[in-house]
Amino acid sequence: MSAASPMALRIEPGRIIAWLLLFGGGLLMVTPLAFMFATSLKDSSEIYDLAFFPAHPTLSNYVTVLSDGRFLRWFANSFGIAVAVTLSNVFFDSLVGYTLAKFQFRGRYLVFIAILSTLMIPTEMLVIPWYVMAKNFGWLDSYWGIMFPGMMTAFGTFLMKQFFETVPNDFLEAARIDGLNEFAIFWRIALPLVTPALSALAIFTFLSNWTAFIWPLIVTTSKELYTLPVGLTSFAVESQVQWELIMTGAALATLPTLTVFLLLQRYIVRGVVLAGLKG
Amino acid sequence: MNASSSRVDARSGTRLFSGLGMRQKQVLWAWSFLAVPVLFYAVVRFYPTLEAFWISTTNWNLLTKPSFVGLANFKRLLADPVFWKVFGNTALYLLLGTPISLLLAFTIAYHLDRVRVLHGFIRALYFLPFLTTAAAMAWVWRWFYQPVPIGLFNNLLAGIGIAQQPFLRSTTQSLPAVLAPAIWAGLGFQVVIFMAGLRAIPTTYYEAARIDGVSNGTILRRITLPLLKPTIVFLVVFSSIGFLRIFDQVYNMTSQTSSDPGGPLNATKPLVLMIYQTAFSSFDMGYAAAQTVVLFLVLLVVSLLQLRLLKDR
Repeated sequence: MSAASPMALRIEPGRIIAWLLLFGGGLLMVTPLAFMFATSLKDSSEIYDLAFFPAHPTLSNYVTVLSDGRFLRWFANSFGIAVAVTLSNVFFDSLVGYTLAKFQFRGRYLVFIAILSTLMIPTEMLVIPWYVMAKNFGWLDSYWGIMFPGMMTAFGTFLMKQFFETVPNDFLEAARIDGLNEFAIFWRIALPLVTPALSALAIFTFLSNWTAFIWPLIVTTSKELYTLPVGLTSFAVESQVQWELIMTGAALATLPTLTVFLLLQRYIVRGVVLAGLKG
Repeated sequence: MNASSSRVDARSGTRLFSGLGMRQKQVLWAWSFLAVPVLFYAVVRFYPTLEAFWISTTNWNLLTKPSFVGLANFKRLLADPVFWKVFGNTALYLLLGTPISLLLAFTIAYHLDRVRVLHGFIRALYFLPFLTTAAAMAWVWRWFYQPVPIGLFNNLLAGIGIAQQPFLRSTTQSLPAVLAPAIWAGLGFQVVIFMAGLRAIPTTYYEAARIDGVSNGTILRRITLPLLKPTIVFLVVFSSIGFLRIFDQVYNMTSQTSSDPGGPLNATKPLVLMIYQTAFSSFDMGYAAAQTVVLFLVLLVVSLLQLRLLKDR
């Protein structure tokens, strides 16, 4: 490192090679996505053509897939379910996290340990009892049946508890003296102070519900109630040779999360790191 | 009459509440906040956990009443060649997936951490696959693995004069072929977590080492890796659990209209897929529940073992 100039333009060959490899690897990572989108714009006669770019880009695959009606329904199902479950998690996980972080009462530790211990149980172990429960309560093949297992999570509760612990008690005491009731203190004072954690929880919950597969596959039988991943699977198995239509369906499942990511990139990466490390 | 008495009740209720001390009110609030969640966890998490263990000791097809059979389901598992095949597959997913993905992720994160030019853009490229739906991407990869003239990989191989590969149609190649998109999709998450871990290491350590003239390799081995241990432990456990529970990719890449997913000849079938088929194709609930108990034990042992090993070192 012979730093002659003050701002030391250290152009080492090793670092250039590392940069090129990293950049190339990054492009390789998005290749499957690029091929998916490119093929969704190709005519069925073109898909045997190896050219990456479609010769005559067309939206006809999207028209075919969307005019089918089923895809729009599955899209709406997935979106509605993911939003509802996310709202429930944001509310209940923070309420429980707040209570466990800021209230003194007998049994607090026990409740905390009990909720935390559910993290040890894989959901695959619970799908059979959940199925039996849904069957007994008449929840099979319903939106509520898809949603009920995920309405609260130990992961979210733990994440929110960690963040509420950093909120100073003085703020809450001051609100108490002003005569706010405990729910108002939680809702109007404490919650706005942990918005980074809330958005991290919301991003994670939405993403995991948008992509959820095994439970919706088990609990739904009528096609109108399928979520997008389950619908896509049944559609793809049916039309196995029409790859351009399958790619269009896959692109439709991928577009919303990618669009949101491109708009809120820094926020999402920070949220995922936050959720990953603190949760 | 009724209305007035309830009004009296309500008033005495308020009086009762305002008569409570600060501490008692707090306790009351706490439990009112926890009432619905405690009920939820009891009904949707704890009771089903116990029920899963109970069902594993029964013979049950959902139609008739379950009959207690003791440990018969577990004995049946030990004698079932499909189970051992599946168990081996699941172990392979774990033993290939975790080291490969962590090594790749660390290498990428380590170098990306020093990159200034287009840092955010390159990070985004690696992170994007993490946001995709596994069921959708499985079909993209499945398309890549098709024979010529459709499949990208075989077309590339043909282009450079290498023999065609069967990929998903082969009993030996199909498992790695299914594993690849799972590694691909999880890599971005591991990269950003590794980078957060690298950023958390105080720069003073590096500066001191550099003043002492320590080489880059030694810095990596003596400073970076030891200080990164909490991150490594987290990612090893997290990704191991993920590979042990692999399902979406396998189901979507190997399902056929004519046969069950998990093929060819159970070559790709992981434990979760066997559970799914036993429970929801054969409706052999007791046997499937016994398999879920095995999954639970495997996850428990692997997590505890890794925590222990990585903490000691």
